[in-house]
Amino acid sequence: MAKITVNNNRCKGCGLCINACPKKCIAFSDELNKIGYHYAVLKNEKDCIGCGFCYQICPDVCIEVFR
Amino acid sequence: MVKKLVKGNIALCEGALAAGLDAYFGYPITPQNEVPAYMSNKMVTLGKVFVQAESELAAANMVLGACATGKRAMTSSSSPGISLKQEAISYMAGMEIPSIIVNVQRGGPGLGNIAGSQADYFQAVKGGGHGDYHLIVFAPNCAQEMYEVTYEAFDIAEKYKNPVMILSDGIVGQMMEPVDFNKEQKTSFSKKDWCLDGCKDREPRSIKSLLMGDGALEQHNLDLQKKYEVIKANEVKAELYQVEDAEIIIVAYGISSRISKNAIKSARTKGIKAGMIRPITLWPFPTEIIKKYSKPPVKFLTVELSLGQMIEDVRLAVNGVSSVDFLGKAGGGIVSDKDVLNKIMELKK
Amino acid sequence: MEKIFSRPKALKDNPLSYCPGCGHGIIHRLVAEAIDELGIRERTIAVAPVGCAVFAYDYFNFDTTEAPHGRPPAVATGIKRTNPDKIVFTYQGDGDLAAIGTAETIHCANRGENITVIFVNNANYGMTGGQMAPTTLIGQVTETTPFGRDPLREGYPIKVAELLANLEATKYIERVTVFDAPHIIQAKKAIKKAFQNQVEGKGYSFIEVISHCPVDWGKTPLESVKWVEDVFLKTFPLGVIKDTTK
Repeated sequence: MAKITVNNNRCKGCGLCINACPKKCIAFSDELNKIGYHYAVLKNEKDCIGCGFCYQICPDVCIEVFR
Repeated sequence: MVKKLVKGNIALCEGALAAGLDAYFGYPITPQNEVPAYMSNKMVTLGKVFVQAESELAAANMVLGACATGKRAMTSSSSPGISLKQEAISYMAGMEIPSIIVNVQRGGPGLGNIAGSQADYFQAVKGGGHGDYHLIVFAPNCAQEMYEVTYEAFDIAEKYKNPVMILSDGIVGQMMEPVDFNKEQKTSFSKKDWCLDGCKDREPRSIKSLLMGDGALEQHNLDLQKKYEVIKANEVKAELYQVEDAEIIIVAYGISSRISKNAIKSARTKGIKAGMIRPITLWPFPTEIIKKYSKPPVKFLTVELSLGQMIEDVRLAVNGVSSVDFLGKAGGGIVSDKDVLNKIMELKK
Repeated sequence: MEKIFSRPKALKDNPLSYCPGCGHGIIHRLVAEAIDELGIRERTIAVAPVGCAVFAYDYFNFDTTEAPHGRPPAVATGIKRTNPDKIVFTYQGDGDLAAIGTAETIHCANRGENITVIFVNNANYGMTGGQMAPTTLIGQVTETTPFGRDPLREGYPIKVAELLANLEATKYIERVTVFDAPHIIQAKKAIKKAFQNQVEGKGYSFIEVISHCPVDWGKTPLESVKWVEDVFLKTFPLGVIKDTTK
């Protein structure tokens, strides 16, 4: 059991977390956030292992990881 | 009261030490070399900080760092070195960091020579670095005053959170004179609620001059100007010498005032009523004092070891009411008391 | 479920103003985590550079000061010498540290000041729009090397870490990178050790962080981390360059 939360309005949609996720369970949102980016969202929570790679690579420190 | 025979530069060091100096950062350049040499011994012996920096630039920035933490620090140099310090001086003015910068002036421009000079007046009082700012500028004219002015400078810098420059020259710095070291050692200092001393039990602080917010920099400048007005109202210092009945008033600071005083004495023996206004602070400038004595037939004579810098401020103060003449020498040349006397006699005609 | 990774206390809860994908945010976080873990936040004083990271004082949740361009090592010297009980570090970019501040960098290191230096090398001047830095690679196109950096015209990339390793007074020098999670974890270890050294009074520690600058490199964030791995690190190999703290 693990999951991440993304602070939607802080995410600048760089996609580095999507690239870093070993389980490929993060994707871009369909809608834009307040600052105009497609932000990262956890698409498949059941696949998330809480490894924290997304947290490590996030340049905006807007991901939290739960396990 | 026992006086000690010392150079002006050493008197300056003693003033800083008595004021509770925590750190001295310097770099060799003539004619201020006595200062780092003396401090390298004294500061280390006292368990305080002495660093011979890699450049005048670095020394000034070390002062910036030390003073940002509320410590008392100073640097000294001479004209070409002071040009290099202008970067940090502008930052410290903008960041409102109290600090002491000493300029023992020599001839310029460029590398110039090593003789005493007063050609850095513009640089000291009109900015020097970039931006709309002022330093508080003291111009001691003897070893005793090098001691006293430096002693007071730290309190004034901290009172206004503003850098203070002590604008001396190679002659006052090098000359040996008896000094009465009459000040008490300062050991207690005002609490500083702005300095960087670690954010224990309080919110973090940052000291900066970069203000990118809409209108933030303009507001900061307006606040600085307000502070400068208070300084102007409170901190003007000048010596008045035989001005009450004077027909010819010399305006001179630093070593020029010493030369001029001798000329005034000679003039008085010849029945010429000469006097002097000697700015001890060059900024704030004694504008109101000069204005008060500006009335015909009084004539003004500005004496400087430059080709005419302070005269611009004298003219602004006089504002066309009296005549303002000039006597000066450039490139490390010295005006003699005889030169000044001749000029007085010429004006008397 | 328990929260296992979240923003460190030493990083304020302000949005970071860096470009999307920029490495600065990662490095800020690593510094903040190291400071939290060592319990030194309340006695830390940081010196910010001129460059993109000039805004560090808006993000770090401890005392910070500005310094003129290139002068953080001198400012840090002034702070540390007068406050030996405080933890003092500079955070500088390649223009600040390796061009305009070369003299301050070398002499601060040569005096063996007991401070920590975080050197962010992204091979260009970011703040001003991507001009050539002293660390720009041979052939790299920047705003001021439109034909690529030519060593005959612009010289070679400066390897400051190796240069400083030659000075007797330097104690710990490591080059790390933040292009992927495993390397970020290694970077964190190095940064923490560099602060630990200072806490223990061991002397001058210098961490060079090879970072990515997607916008000024004209690359996507993904292309830029790949470029770090495939190209950048060939000129600036990772590893401990000097460690005399043991």
